[in-house]
Amino acid sequence: MLRRLGETVNPEGAVIAIKDAEFPAPFASELEFNSPVHGAWNIVHTGMQVPGAHQIYVCADNCMRGVVLTAAEMNAADRFSFVILKEEHLLNGNLEDITIEGVSDVLERLEKRPKAVFLFTVCLHHFLGSDLERIYGELEARFPDICFVRCFMDPIMRKSGLTPDQKLRLSMYNPLKKGPVTEEGKRRISVLGSDFALDETSDLKRLLRCNDYQVKESPSCETWEDYLALSDCRMMLNCYPSGKFGMEWHARLGRPSLYLPSCFGYDEIVDQLERLSKSLDFLGVLDYEGEKESCEEALHEAFLEVGDWPIAIDGTFHPRPMGLARLLISHGFHVERVYLDAISPEEENDFRWLQQHAPELMLLATVQVKMRVLPRKTEREMLALGQKAAWFTGSRHFVNMVQGAGLYGFDGIRRLAHLMIEAAHEEKETPDLVIRKGWGCESCI
Amino acid sequence: MRQAYRIIPIYTADVSGVCSALYELGGMTVMHDPSGCNSTYNTHDEIRWYDEDSLIFISGLTEIDAIMGNDEKFIHDIEEAASELKPRFIALASSPIPYMNGTDFPAIAEVTEQDTGIPAFAVPTNGMHDYVRGAGMALAEIAEHFVLPGNNTEDELPENAETAAEDIKEVKDKDTAGKDRNRLVNLLGVTPLDFGPLDHAESMKRSLEKYGWQINSMWAMGDTLDQLSKSADAAVNVVVSSVGLRAAKVLKKRFGTPYVVGAPVGLFTEKLSKAMEEAVSNELESSCKQRNQSVVMASGCQKRSELTKAVYTWDRIAAKHFQSNNDEKENTNQQAEITLIGEPVTMGSLAAAIELQYGKSVRVLCPLEETEGLLAAGDEAVCGEEMMEEKLKDAKIIAADPLYRPICPKDSRFYELPHIAFSGRIYLKKIKKMPGFADLI
Repeated sequence: MLRRLGETVNPEGAVIAIKDAEFPAPFASELEFNSPVHGAWNIVHTGMQVPGAHQIYVCADNCMRGVVLTAAEMNAADRFSFVILKEEHLLNGNLEDITIEGVSDVLERLEKRPKAVFLFTVCLHHFLGSDLERIYGELEARFPDICFVRCFMDPIMRKSGLTPDQKLRLSMYNPLKKGPVTEEGKRRISVLGSDFALDETSDLKRLLRCNDYQVKESPSCETWEDYLALSDCRMMLNCYPSGKFGMEWHARLGRPSLYLPSCFGYDEIVDQLERLSKSLDFLGVLDYEGEKESCEEALHEAFLEVGDWPIAIDGTFHPRPMGLARLLISHGFHVERVYLDAISPEEENDFRWLQQHAPELMLLATVQVKMRVLPRKTEREMLALGQKAAWFTGSRHFVNMVQGAGLYGFDGIRRLAHLMIEAAHEEKETPDLVIRKGWGCESCI
Repeated sequence: MRQAYRIIPIYTADVSGVCSALYELGGMTVMHDPSGCNSTYNTHDEIRWYDEDSLIFISGLTEIDAIMGNDEKFIHDIEEAASELKPRFIALASSPIPYMNGTDFPAIAEVTEQDTGIPAFAVPTNGMHDYVRGAGMALAEIAEHFVLPGNNTEDELPENAETAAEDIKEVKDKDTAGKDRNRLVNLLGVTPLDFGPLDHAESMKRSLEKYGWQINSMWAMGDTLDQLSKSADAAVNVVVSSVGLRAAKVLKKRFGTPYVVGAPVGLFTEKLSKAMEEAVSNELESSCKQRNQSVVMASGCQKRSELTKAVYTWDRIAAKHFQSNNDEKENTNQQAEITLIGEPVTMGSLAAAIELQYGKSVRVLCPLEETEGLLAAGDEAVCGEEMMEEKLKDAKIIAADPLYRPICPKDSRFYELPHIAFSGRIYLKKIKKMPGFADLI
């Protein structure tokens, strides 16, 4: 039964033309709606990528529910445990004790001792000033064979500091050890920080391969030892914005590092590849002009196929929605709207460009309360790039991907063009696909 | 250790219970929480979220606002949203941090109501209790503030429900005409968390209709606030899950409407229907007194009046075994042949139905907090994963949510009984293929 409440609600405050939008926050921060679109990864999904690690959360029922069922839905309940906090633990001031004893109890009852425990403390620990050093010190003393990783689920800090996702990416490389680089490691580049391995055809992998470097990525590690070997490398790369916060570990490990975020501007792509080439004294580089030409061909082909489709993009599709809109608009595509709640500082130039060259491009919030009731159907079906764009526009033609997946560089642009054509031709089961948590993870629902 | 869980999940919490109970009533529910509550609720616990709009939001509480006690922003944001979306009422629910800070929700509700003219109330959740408590308190608020005096009652309108009351009075007068009030019944405590999709819940309606009952309202699925406001017209309330118990008590207090506890399922429906008739004809009390003598003492820890209203606890085979063991001072570990795990009213009713149909003894293990007066002798309230695992150690036949399977004995026979309040949407597709609650056996 489909029931709608607010066909007559004024969209002001939830929708704005980009020419009138403020950077970086086009919408006021008020009550928040949460759409039924869940492909973007959360901390449970990301933490599960570390092989051999067991996650333990210590929090109240309500906060626990989301994470424990995330694990269950991805068929990973056996790698997830928890300790429940009640009023008395807050009032008695023994949060440290209950955390230590609860985690110990869980570990004693596990059938197999994990190599590592990602222990998540929460807002309550933060607000009560819990002695985390004591908690971890005691647990490390009791279980010396386990590597305890300090993790946080404290979303109350998300607007004034790092988000739990950013903090996790900071913590999860903590176990990597500094040590001499092996001969094999000298010809290896580690890519960290993203939930997805880069496509095999991505510029980075092609460039590294043609210069005899192996690529090792955290999402592809199969064992705990394999994961620890990420530090045995010549250089560390990160291509995902949230992963930037892990960069300080690169410094701790004494490895050179580069932040090369996936993007859509030819000049920026060339600049990134050049920086990498210079850092590693590459003998061979990609044919940049040839790469650009093939991108132009791919985009032209896509334009011929889908150029008359109105396009909607959302911020969970790729960390650079403004850059993507700019690329498409500058190639004649009809990008009508972008769904996002804030604009990344990395995208300021693209935002300004769009203000000038596409002033009527509509920005739409995803969490603003009116988005619960505003119409979710467009007069003409849109080609949606991203799950939220699909849900908010009621489209069944969408590119089903989150967080940029493995797209990178010129190759990423060509792949995107191909995916757009595919989406226009193929009708998808939007209601079934977008509600699944953690795009790319197992889903048992 | 009762707080530590190795493998099974936890039941959904009080905050989600509030949202689920109020979902279809046209109000606006605001969870004062930084981030996760809404996502958790709508992803795992709310099967209506995709297709059916409801004004349920979070405040996006920040560290600085929590520390500085900036309730002004919270109030401003609520009023801003309410002025645009015009809800029938505003419900406020708290999460752990505002609870710890001692945020004064009743005061915030009062200010909001004064400023907007929209009825507002706070449901005192804190994210540390299960859904029964949250949903129960939310429905009790509805019973307290929005139900109008019926044709045969003499209650006054509550002060803060006048706005809503004016809208709905006309509908009430019109709709109840021509119905036999003595057969008019409200079903209290119906949410997808316990009963799944609406058509499943409606199987209970159909089942009772076969016994000549007319369903006046179902709290709170498939009916509007207008329909619920006419609940005082009913002759009897049936508490079909523990979620409905608080509302039943409010309606009893306000309008004198009697209630019985039990959900229609299988052969137990007939027994329930008879108890409803006794309640309507004021014979329930004397019937209860008789039962007090024969049943209540067996449990030893139940309040008489509550236990006897829980119809499914009457004459249970498992209870008799339990009592007989006690009488003989023998080892009381003799277990029922079948074990059910879950919410006490639905599982208790199912246990009664199974016993009636198959003559096998059935016990209920209840992992939820509110069990007073809702368990039969031999049933048990169980706290935490470890205790549950211990209680299940010798169980031979178990019917429970599939996520209990990992802590059940490997040689036990396990029947899947998916429960959204426990496993969320994981088994929703399976649930949709199952019969509705009343037709389970």
